[in-house]
Parts: sequence; structure tokens; C-alpha cells
Amino acid sequence: MSLFPFFKNNTFARGVHPDANKSTAGSPIRRMPFASRMILPLVQHIGKPAVPLVRAGEEVVRGQPIAKADGFLSVPIHAPADGVIEAIELKPSARGPWVESIVLRVYEGSTQEIGWRHPPDIESMSPREILQAIQDSGMVGLGGAAFPSHAKLAVPEGTKIHTLVVNGCECEPYLTCDHRLMLEYPEDLMAGIRLAMKSVGAKRAIIGVEDNKMDAVAAIQAAIEKVGPADGSITVQAVPTKYPQGAEKMLVKSLLGVEVPSGGLPMHIGVVVNNVGTLALLGSLLPEGQGMTERVVTVTGPGIKKPGDYWVPLGTPMRTVLKWAGAQDANEQEIILGGPMMGQAVASLDVPVTKGVSGILVFDKLRIEADRKLWPCIKCGECVKACPMGLNPSMLGMLAGRREYEAMGAQYHLGDCFECGCCTYVCPSHIPLVQQFRVAKGILRGKAT
Amino acid sequence: MTARIELRTSPHVVKGTSVEHIMFNVVLALLPIAAFSVWQYGLSALALIVTTTLTCLASERLFNRLSGQQSTLSDWSATITGLLLALTLPPAFPLWMGAIAGFMAIALGKALFGGIGFNVMNPALVGRAFVQAAFPVAITTWVPAFAPRRFTEFVPTTFTAPLMTPPDISAWALNAKPAALDGFTGATPLARWKFDNVLATPHDFLSGAVTASAGETSAILILVCGAYLAIRKFMDWRIPVAILGSAALTALLFQLIDPARYPDPLFVLLSGGMILGAMFMASDMATSPVTPKGVWIYGALIGVVTVMIRYFGGLTEGVMYAILLGNALAPLIDQVTQPKVFGEVKRARVKEKQT
Repeated sequence: MSLFPFFKNNTFARGVHPDANKSTAGSPIRRMPFASRMILPLVQHIGKPAVPLVRAGEEVVRGQPIAKADGFLSVPIHAPADGVIEAIELKPSARGPWVESIVLRVYEGSTQEIGWRHPPDIESMSPREILQAIQDSGMVGLGGAAFPSHAKLAVPEGTKIHTLVVNGCECEPYLTCDHRLMLEYPEDLMAGIRLAMKSVGAKRAIIGVEDNKMDAVAAIQAAIEKVGPADGSITVQAVPTKYPQGAEKMLVKSLLGVEVPSGGLPMHIGVVVNNVGTLALLGSLLPEGQGMTERVVTVTGPGIKKPGDYWVPLGTPMRTVLKWAGAQDANEQEIILGGPMMGQAVASLDVPVTKGVSGILVFDKLRIEADRKLWPCIKCGECVKACPMGLNPSMLGMLAGRREYEAMGAQYHLGDCFECGCCTYVCPSHIPLVQQFRVAKGILRGKAT
Repeated sequence: MTARIELRTSPHVVKGTSVEHIMFNVVLALLPIAAFSVWQYGLSALALIVTTTLTCLASERLFNRLSGQQSTLSDWSATITGLLLALTLPPAFPLWMGAIAGFMAIALGKALFGGIGFNVMNPALVGRAFVQAAFPVAITTWVPAFAPRRFTEFVPTTFTAPLMTPPDISAWALNAKPAALDGFTGATPLARWKFDNVLATPHDFLSGAVTASAGETSAILILVCGAYLAIRKFMDWRIPVAILGSAALTALLFQLIDPARYPDPLFVLLSGGMILGAMFMASDMATSPVTPKGVWIYGALIGVVTVMIRYFGGLTEGVMYAILLGNALAPLIDQVTQPKVFGEVKRARVKEKQT
């Protein structure tokens, strides 16, 4: 403990404070019923698409693997319900292009019963076996990036990991799925944390939770006392509520006081970061030997009548989710997958819920029509005071306008931008800075290859 | 659901500020200062404020037309330029000269660079600098504050015919001054200090009983209005703090060296356009640096240069040129004060070791 707690630098510099709008935090997670038809894209994760194990007409049971991993950076896909494979064909995806997907017609009598599982002897497993089991479960990072969990926990030879940082910040406005998971499944979270610690060889784990969720801190504290190790190797710590506190590098800075080197990963300073949702689900799936068939999704926003957190079977079309949650019939809506700061707007209601979808937000017409008149940059410097990475978005935006992409990358550290959206959020000229940076990065990547 | 789906890129929520909103608040903050000026100097000040503001708006519209842009009058920035310009001019400034100042402010100070956000220097000060060079006598012709008949008659110079030399008003001023005043020299406190070594007291400044430009005398009011902008975050508080702080420190240093020759810091802060310039002109967003560190350097520079011009230059007042110099240097200051990138420390150290 520091002598001067008020001077203790327990958060990152800059950042923004958007309205939280977390109205769904108070109600328990509910279960969403099966849709009549599920769409399972073969690529729901970062890496190579999975390879189908089934053919059209084949019957599957809930939990059965229907596609296998293709190499290390890939994960299998499991059937979310009992049913029959209707087709393997191109279907619209959230990102736009149509992708190869398995279409499952769900039997009307399909139950929540998991028909396929292989419980392992979890206590005796070696770190390598744990990683394999994690890959077999099909788990990916549930925070939104959908990076395969086993790949994130696979530490290269010679790298020593001392700390597992567990990310319970959920700094995105509107989203409450991680908050509810921490409240309702803290013991699964403990199990997941211990598995992850074992697989990376970390001596301690710190769970970082934003201080607007003190009930979650208390729930985790109680779980640590009840089932956690008595040696104090797992601790929970509240961090100031500020966006983007839940970004890996920001959270590591807040909890450990060190900055991950520019261009590096937390791994390079001996830290692995995992999301609470990911570890809680891992903690419940792995001991049972099950695959990932569902996830918690926050369905909320001004255009939703029954907002809440739902266990949604993977592959459920957006249309079904919105109908169940009571999306209001409006002529113009914006539908966002993920949080409002970094989430992605989708163009089609046929897009299914995939592994990386943490939230579905529906903004109605009023909100969309909010005046966003564009002005030239007036150099107010608000973006410079907001950028958590210490970049100069004002200058980057000007360079993007002049198409000087090389200078953006070489002199102004464009590569460090992780598109958190703080600069665009504060800009009084309403310049779409983040979008300009995305374009610039794409062009630079194109030139590099 | 037959919804029309809207596609946008993240972030999907915004803070809800806008350029208009910021600029409108600056106008709000300037209005009390303009009102005080009218109360102090009467009809002539009012006519001058109206003239420069209307000229600025008309010029802005004209350049919108010429460049085929949509009207930018609604962003309030031309209104700010007009108001600020009037506040920096002597209250008896002939209106036709005020109109030229307003046109030049927009033409040379703003439209030439491409309009709002692209200007290098504060447009109001560019306008003032132009008329200072063009009409050196008119811009140093001062009238007494709180003249008894200020609400019933104009100063004779106000309605000078265009392109004509304004009449001499020293006799008129002696006649028009408030009865309580012993005499009227027609010089600003800075000029009286510089040439006659007569120091005005803080009481003279705070009561507004000094000769000055239309909006310079109400120190407390300017501070309050500036504080409003700073608290609502429409202005970077660092700029006025840096300017006033550095000017006071420089003045203190000189006073310690030679107390008989140099005035006290309070005189330096209260006289001339120091506070108005620090609060409303140097803090103009478009022409000040964007980096927090750069802002401190920029402010400190303006403060020191102002005092230097006042003490050692040929002019009595230096705020305008100091700010214009700061504006010109702002892009350079930005270049050398780029923020430290997150996680950059280690790499920088490695580089140092290598070299």
C-alpha cells in the first residue's frame, strides 16, 4: 500500500467518460429459446475457418462438434441444438461478405440437454493438455475480438508469465454481460482462472473490475474466500471507471503500473490478459468436457422493449433475437454488434449471433438523426486530451485528409491506435477520425504486402 | 420488421458538443464585456461594435459566395471576430475604418487560408494590425470613459466620412470628460507610464476610469467571462494562466532589478489588452497549439514577448504582436511537443543507448 493513496497512479492517462446506460445490470441473465434455423459461419474467430465434419441431411445433437479446427490458429464449432444439417452454403456475415456457413434446422423438441460431452480428469492435466482441451471447446475471447483462447494462453518457449490479469472492466457503455456473469457465476470464474493460471504458469491473478460494479467485486471476493486458494494468489481490485479501461494495455497499466511497450503484447512484460466472460465460460465448459454452444449477450438500446442479458445459442439469427427482445418497429434503426464505442453496425438481420458478439444494441431513428454536421478541424485539442495511447489524432486526421499515409505510420504512430473511438467521441467538428485511421491502416497494410 | 437499417462506423455515440456550440458560448461570454463597453463609452462604442460585427458577417458571406461554399455564418465564428475586433479598437474609432478592419480581418485573417480552422493567426488581431498600420493616428486617439453625455451624442470622429481624416477631438474631450476628472491627456496608462513615468493605480483600472480600447478596461468582468468558458471547457485554461503567469513573473524580475524604472506586475497585468488578449484571443482554438505541453510554451512565450515589447519596443502596447507571433509559432510548437506515445519510454531509451 502506498503512503499517499491519493497520489497513487492507479489508472491510465486521458480517456473519456461516456454515459454508462447500463440499465440491464440489475436483472438476472435469461435464456433465449432456440430459433427454428441456426446459421453457423465456419469463421467466427480470428484465424483459419473451421472445416465441416458433417454433410447436409446429417442429424446432430446439441454439443456435438460439427466442424474441426484447421491448424493451430483455428477452433472447432459445436452444434447449438439438436437438429438436422440443412445445408453448408454462403450466408451474410456481420462484416459484410457472405461466408461459408453450416445451416442447422432445429428439431422442435430440442432441449437444453447437452448430448455430447467428454469430461476429462481436469486436475491431473498438464498445461499442454489444458490448452488442447481449450481448443477443443471452441472457446474464443468473448470480449469482442474473438481471438482463439488457447492461442492467447499459449506462451512461447522462453517467455515467463508472472501474472494473469483478468479483465472485468466492461468499460463499453450499455453492455452488462460480463457484470452479470461475475455476479451469477463467480465460482465458474474461479475455476477458469485457475485453469488459465496453470496453463500459462502464472503465480498470481489479479481481477480488475471498474468501480461502478462494486457488487461484482464483492461477489468475486466472496467466491475467492469460498473456493479460491487461501494463499492470496487470486485477488480482485477495483479500478476507476473510465473508457477504455477494459483495453488490455490500459488495464495492465492501471493494475500493475507498467506500460506495455509500443508495438508489443502484454506477454512481453510477463502478463497475460483474459476477459472474465471467457474465463467464466471456460471454467464451466472444461470440467464437463463440453464445447461452446451459447454465450451471454446484452440486448439493449433505446429501440428494445425487453432489454436484458440473455444466454443466446450461437447461430441464432439477429431477427429472432430482436423479435424475442421486443425490438420496436421503427422505420430507421441502427443495429450494432458489440458496444457503442467499438461495435459494428450490421446491414442484415439474417446475420447470426457468433462467438464474439457481446452485445446487440438497437438505436432508433431519433438517435440516428442527431445532428452530425461536419466542420473542419478547429484544433481544439480535445482528441489529444482523450487519446489513451498518447497519439495526436488531430494531426493524424489532417494527414489522412492529405493522403499522407506514410507519415501517419512512420512519424505519428498510427500503428499504436487500437480504434477505441475516444477521439471521434469528443470531436466537436464530428470528423470520423477512427474511420480515417482504419482506412489509412488498410492502405498501409496493402502497401506493405 | 421491414426496418431500414442505418450503417455507421464506430463509435456510435458521441459527446454531443459541436463547433457551433463552442463558438456560441464564446459569443455569450463576450456579450457582457461588450455591454460594459457600451455603458462606459456610450453610443460611439455601440456603433463601432455593430459596424465591425456586421462587416465581418457580410465579408464572411461574401467569401462563402466567392468560393462556392455553403454559408458558414451559423458557426458564430465571424460574430466572434467582429465583437473581439471592436473591443480592441479605441471607442472613438471612425466607423469606416472599423469596417475596413472587419473586412480585412475576415479576408486576410481567415478566408485567405480557407476559412474556419485553417487560419494561422487570430482574424480579429489581423484586422487590428492592418488598421494600426494604416491609421496610426486614429488608433491612438482616446476618449474619456463615463462622459456625461455619452448616451445622447456620438464622439465627433465616429461619423468621419470615408477616406477622410478624422477631426481633432482633444478640445471636445476636455469638454466632454466627467466633471470629477481634473484633466484629460488622451493617453493610455501604458503610454503615460512609458513617456511620462506616471503610474495608474489598480483602483483606476478596476473602476474603469482609464482611457483604453473599447473592451479592455473591465478586468474583473473579462476574468469572470473567461472563467465561464474555462469551466465549461470551451477554452483551454492553461493559455490565460500561462500568459498572465509568465508576464507577471517577467515583470517581477524587472522590478527586482530596477524598482524605480519598472512598474509592479499588477500594473502590467491590468494595463492595456493583457487580460482580454489572454482570455479571448490567444485562447482561440484554431490558432493555438493542440498539445497540452505546447500550450504552456505558447502562453509563456506570449506573456514574455508582451512585456518585452512594452518595456523595450517603440510601441506602448505589445499584446497584439505577441499573440500574432505566438500564433505563427503554434504549428512549430506543436511539432516539438508531440505527446508521449503509450509504451514509448522503453524504445526511446534503447535508441539513446544505441547512439
